[in-house]
Amino acid sequence: MLHILNKSPLQASTLDTVVRLAESGALLLIEDAVYAATKGNLAEPKLREAMARLKVYALAPDLAARGMADRVIDGVTTVDYDGFVDLVVEHPNNQSWL
Amino acid sequence: MAQKKFMLVNRKAPYGSIYALESLEVVLITAAFEQDVSVVFLDDGVYQLKKGMQTKGIATKNFSPTYRALEDYDVDKLYVDAESLAARGLTAEDLVTEVKLVDSATLARLMAEQDVVLSF
Repeated sequence: MLHILNKSPLQASTLDTVVRLAESGALLLIEDAVYAATKGNLAEPKLREAMARLKVYALAPDLAARGMADRVIDGVTTVDYDGFVDLVVEHPNNQSWL
Repeated sequence: MAQKKFMLVNRKAPYGSIYALESLEVVLITAAFEQDVSVVFLDDGVYQLKKGMQTKGIATKNFSPTYRALEDYDVDKLYVDAESLAARGLTAEDLVTEVKLVDSATLARLMAEQDVVLSF
């Protein structure tokens, strides 16, 4: 399953819930959720927990817009909009956590 | 017009919602009425000041250069909560403009002495 997350990890508890309930598959961080993929964020340990089980992606245009493109945590794969579409196609189902 | 002490408290990241931009509009309005304006960046609000935003890819205007222009409107009380900044792996060097870094006690005192506090 592809999990799509759009909330900042320090503003909403969504990342915690996703890490608790997502067993395998992929996690795509978009919009304000891309902050979870940046070095030095308090949520970094939580993201590393997610990375142990899930392949983690972050949307590059959202990172760039927020001035955070140069501080992505190693092991997180950045994708553009075409990559976003590919991820949706590749996975049998997806969940957008709003 | 009597002058009041206004504080705008920004707690949301830019672009994910409209709050940051709306707050900036209100800052400019209060400045136009020659009020005493303080602008606070707290929690995810500190992200509004991050350097190096490239918003072309999300087809949105990058409004962060406006924070640098606030001084021209006599808005020079920009306060950033040091704890919020550190929690996001950022330092004052990462910000688009010069700000005053404040600790919790200082921020609490500043808030308490305002006539009007607007929250975004």
